[in-house]
Amino acid sequence: MTDITSAETAVSITVDGKKVTAKPGELLIDACERNGTYIPRFCHHSRMQPVGMCRMCLVEIDTGRGPALQPSCMIECSNEMVVDTQSKKTIKAQEGVLEFLLINHPLDCPICDKGGECPLQDQTMAFGPGESRFIEEKRTYRKPIPVNENVFLDRERCVLCDRCTRFADQVAGDSLIHFIDRGNKTQVNTYPDQPFSSYFSGNTVQICPVGALTAAPFRFKARPWDLTEVESTSTFDSVGNRISVQESRDRVLRFTGVDSDSVNWGWLTDKERFIFEAYSNENRLSGPLTTNEVAEGSQKHAVATSWSEAYEKFVKAINETTPERIAVIGGSRLTNEAQYIWSKIAKGIIGTDNVDAQLDDGFSPEVLLSLNPSTIDKTCKPGGVIILLGADPKEELGALYLRLRHAILQDQCKLIELTPTKTGLSQLATHSIRVPPGKTLEAVKALSGEPSELEDDILKELTKVQKIIKNNDSISVLLGRTSLAETSSIVEEGAIKLQEYLPKASFLPLLRRGNINGAIDMGLSPGLLPGRCDLEEGSDKLQNYWPTCPTHKGFKTKEMFEAATDGQIDVLILLAADPIMDFPDSQLVQEALDRIETVIAVDIFATDSVLQADIVLAAATATEIEGSFTNLEGRISPIRKSVTPPGTARPDWMIALDLVQYLVPNLGPSTFKELCEEISLVSGIHKDFDFSKVEQIDKEGVVLNRGKNKTQTSLIKIPKQKANSFRLVVTRSMYDKGVLSAHSSALKGLAPGSRIKANPKDMEKLGITSDSTVRLIGLKGEIQTRLTPDPETTRGTIHALWNQDGPDIRKLIDSSLPVNDLKIEKI
Amino acid sequence: MVESSLQTGYVKHAPGFVENEGPKLITSRFKHADSFTLDKYLSTGGYEGLKSSLNRSPGQVHDEVREASLLGRGGAGFPAGIKWGFPPEGVWPRYLVVNGDESEIGTYKDRLLMERDPHQLIEGVLIACYALGLSQAFLYVRGEMALAQERIALALDEAYEAGYIGKNILDTKFSVDVVMHWGAGAYIVGEETALIESLEGKRGMPRLKPPYFPAAIGLYGKPTIVNNVETLSNLPWILNNGASAYKGFGSESSPGTRMFAISGHVKRPGVYEVEHGVTTFRELFYGDNFCRGIRDDNELKMFIPGGGSAPWFFQEQLDLPLEASAVGAAGSMLGSGAMVVMDETTDAVKACLSVVRFFARESCGKCSPCREGTTWEEKILQRILDGDGRPSDIDLLLDIGDNISPGPYPAAAFSDEGLDAVPFPPSQTTICPLGPSSVAPIVSAIRRFRNEFDSLITRRDPIPLSLEVEKVVT
Ligand SMILES: Cc1cc2nc3c(=O)[nH]c(=O)nc-3n(C[C@H](O)[C@H](O)[C@H](O)COP(=O)(O)O)c2cc1C
Ligand code: SF4
Ligand code: SF4
Ligand code: FES
Repeated sequence: MTDITSAETAVSITVDGKKVTAKPGELLIDACERNGTYIPRFCHHSRMQPVGMCRMCLVEIDTGRGPALQPSCMIECSNEMVVDTQSKKTIKAQEGVLEFLLINHPLDCPICDKGGECPLQDQTMAFGPGESRFIEEKRTYRKPIPVNENVFLDRERCVLCDRCTRFADQVAGDSLIHFIDRGNKTQVNTYPDQPFSSYFSGNTVQICPVGALTAAPFRFKARPWDLTEVESTSTFDSVGNRISVQESRDRVLRFTGVDSDSVNWGWLTDKERFIFEAYSNENRLSGPLTTNEVAEGSQKHAVATSWSEAYEKFVKAINETTPERIAVIGGSRLTNEAQYIWSKIAKGIIGTDNVDAQLDDGFSPEVLLSLNPSTIDKTCKPGGVIILLGADPKEELGALYLRLRHAILQDQCKLIELTPTKTGLSQLATHSIRVPPGKTLEAVKALSGEPSELEDDILKELTKVQKIIKNNDSISVLLGRTSLAETSSIVEEGAIKLQEYLPKASFLPLLRRGNINGAIDMGLSPGLLPGRCDLEEGSDKLQNYWPTCPTHKGFKTKEMFEAATDGQIDVLILLAADPIMDFPDSQLVQEALDRIETVIAVDIFATDSVLQADIVLAAATATEIEGSFTNLEGRISPIRKSVTPPGTARPDWMIALDLVQYLVPNLGPSTFKELCEEISLVSGIHKDFDFSKVEQIDKEGVVLNRGKNKTQTSLIKIPKQKANSFRLVVTRSMYDKGVLSAHSSALKGLAPGSRIKANPKDMEKLGITSDSTVRLIGLKGEIQTRLTPDPETTRGTIHALWNQDGPDIRKLIDSSLPVNDLKIEKI
Repeated sequence: MVESSLQTGYVKHAPGFVENEGPKLITSRFKHADSFTLDKYLSTGGYEGLKSSLNRSPGQVHDEVREASLLGRGGAGFPAGIKWGFPPEGVWPRYLVVNGDESEIGTYKDRLLMERDPHQLIEGVLIACYALGLSQAFLYVRGEMALAQERIALALDEAYEAGYIGKNILDTKFSVDVVMHWGAGAYIVGEETALIESLEGKRGMPRLKPPYFPAAIGLYGKPTIVNNVETLSNLPWILNNGASAYKGFGSESSPGTRMFAISGHVKRPGVYEVEHGVTTFRELFYGDNFCRGIRDDNELKMFIPGGGSAPWFFQEQLDLPLEASAVGAAGSMLGSGAMVVMDETTDAVKACLSVVRFFARESCGKCSPCREGTTWEEKILQRILDGDGRPSDIDLLLDIGDNISPGPYPAAAFSDEGLDAVPFPPSQTTICPLGPSSVAPIVSAIRRFRNEFDSLITRRDPIPLSLEVEKVVT
């Protein structure tokens, strides 16, 4: 707690005869705890509204009218309040409540997953009556019932604290579990035939004060006292949630969220929570592989090899060609340290600038660097305005979505959505405006009062938005990709225009992939060097450390593939990237891979792309390495090692340091410590940052001061949509065919599958129903599918989800076009 | 209607309204078969109170009600005129909510008011809305009261049609909408904050006061006045006849009349409109004008003076007046005006169990002490009755009670034990008084009839000396 009570507003209360100060409006239970007096509780949770349900926190409170038993979780401190947490009455009441909670509790602690870390056990020992007087038959229910695919509910153990149900309702907004029946039969349950389908359901397991809610991946796996835990950062998406990684016998068994005030408040998405299952999957790559030298034309075949042989092959491939014919894609899964050293290998040793951590699914770093930076706290500043330009935070960055939801519902923030599709936040938006795909810039123009070619009803709404913006001086913009079927420039231009119009607004980029922000900071982008500087300004600083440095800006991912199809690329290094799966234009990728001489992959699974590689270097995952992570705010937090990697798989930074030695013997750095020192010496933005002390950073992390560059983008021309054509909008959903989910038993079946949606009025006009099969025809390819009528889909558009089972939507995407318009033909 | 059977003496189930001598302020139309129609209402002076209100300023109407010291009839007996002054200044909109959830054991007076004179209630609602400057009222009727719902729906339609509700009522600037809503059958939604939750479409569970005092933070977080059906039904009369005429009835601290529902072992049970504060329990139970004595001229053993939550009274409290303060000081309450009279043949433990069971079944499940404690009490009582009681059970019952409602529990004085009354209401470890209500019958029964518990607990059924074993024929 950083917030210290200021002298003028502080409230003075007496707790057990001791005068202490409380913050105005602070709940008594919190004030007491902050001052060293723990009051027992079950329902109270500092991240949710109080309910006063369990009655465990009763204490005698005197506000001038004599002492009375009151729940301290519901009472705000007021001046001169006198509290007795030890009085006979208080103790009797607390013992009484505990006895009540225990009479029907099954006391199956020996077989309960919570046993050993159970607030009911702990508080019974500390505050309980010691013995039960209950000799009647206990209440029984069917032992655990599933409330969804991963969460089980044992109603016998439940103490009805309303935490899970409040979480579902207040925090996640998925009120699909609730109390049913009443009195002694009151129980938590789902609605009939409606599972607790929430991206956030795992949090209920974490906050349940008893073993009533358990999650399948952890059930019966270990006793809490056998677990070793380290605090780390979730590398799964760019929010960088703080997590506790819990391990037993060298196997990660559980992730739980850590309450970090500035980031995730303890919450995790189910995807982040259960993804660890993939890390211990037996299909992990456990050592380096190379392909046999086989006769021309026959199938490549991967065989295990030694690290030294793999490294030698790597060096040979590099030496057989010239730097500009070498390309490096990926790197967002890596730690900051590994990213730096890979950046050094690519740019400082090999000398190529064809390096890009993004797969054409993000933004141009030049644009990002030119915008006013923001943080989550700044974005969620009470009373502020939040403008969402693209992407659905609920689907892409779950923990951020929860923070935004809280900001809107509890902290009076106003959300303005300028997106082509409805998002998880639309219902809460003050204005949720459907900007047709490709028209983001037009919408921003209209906002700033310039003529715009949007339709009248949208313009009318935007005029109302103008008023809200004018009257507010805290304006934050969430910048995400509106659609993967259109060029990023569409949103980038909108953002730049918006910054011109609102020079004080700050921008939070919703780049989704894990440590993508670290990758950009470390120079894994064409034209950039570590410390976010361009090739010219950075090369000076680097000359003592880097043997060489590119002088011309290289290709970005799309351009690399285009060049490859022209035979201009000989070696492609994939740093945990799977372009076959993740790059929007799948045909381009395949054509490119077919022409590249040597593909080198550093990865943890044999992804589709890895299967086409000639050299495979098996890497370690986030639970197996030490290092640091940079989140979307530029906040650096530690990644801690918990278990050892499978087989001989090695941390990325080690692989990279080895390769440095193979490429330029005796070139530093040669240890992790030297590596960290080198970063702070060469990167301006990491100047004051001591990477070697990364484990000492507290759970809030350190936000880098990254400054800001100037940029200019050239306006791109968006073609007018032809009559009777449909503009393709492709967005991500929380669950897709991603390789990690596929290797986690908890997440495997959760992808919603392909659902290609169109406006019912458009469908009616074309004479098609949800039963008709249609042909969707893009410039490069076509697919056959059925359409789902959806009134939320803007007319004249087709909305599809990324990377789902069913027809491959990527066949319709031609990444050389700014937007992709389709024809629909009925079969 | 079953009044006719009343003349034959004792009937098992309390039947309905009993017509008797005495002032009738709110039941005057009950004698007409068509009392619930607008025609009848208008021909018997209906909506005159509204008209007279509209001729005055809202403040004047409020003053008249304050002056009348109209006490709330929902149980707590709080003066309506004062409650109306609670909403914090400048916070709008505000709402009026009519509490028609009547479900306390033995209470069925609001049902009669809703079934037999719905227009009188509606007129009361309109007067209250006018006085408070409200334009939206909600009428919450108990789920099971189908006839009341039907009659109110009909009356609302008629009143809208005739221009008493809606826009520009009687061509004034005063506009009100009245919406009826019904519950799903839970006693707890009679508690005002639970009722508000239920109105908002949520599960009926009480909110904690503070901070959720309805008058400050009520329906949809806005100031809300919750009044009982009977409370509001008094308004037309008061506005027609004036506060001073109203105060001409009843006693100084409890003016007007009240509807009492008497059930149990009396010869003529039913609902009576009785002058408040002057009549005594004795008169009510034994008087010719009222219940006409105990069935079979038995001795009275005990009675519940005001709903299942009220600690029991006995012979020595018979001469107390029907007045909240006197009854409260004696350790019980008049509450909702429901009385249950039990004669000497009643088994105190069984009576206790049936009241406790009611609360256990009706607990909303929110507070651990109420949810778990009431059922525990029920189970122990049942076990005692089943002959499996233990001597420690009596202290256990009292201590469970103490954990739901700490401190000495209000109980009528026991002259034979030399004990003083502890005044009502009790303290509580729960959110609302439902849980603590289960303690009332237990403390009352154990204190007064401990011998009955003891004899059940120490009872030993004779062990058969010779067991007849059926011969197995091979
Ligand atoms: C458990 C419980 C049940 C209640 N049930 C009713 C009821 O059925 N009807 C009612 O009018 N008031 C009931 N009340 C009282 C209400 O909370 C509230 O005080 C009353 O409606 C206020 O109206 P009044 O001021 O007009 O009496 C109940 C209170 C409690 C604690
Ligand atoms: S399941 Fe757990 S969190 Fe939910 S109400 Fe029961 S005890 Fe509380
Ligand atoms: S005392 Fe009982 S009925 Fe009242 S709120 Fe608590 S659990 Fe619900
Ligand atoms: S912690 Fe206060 S009532 Fe539950």
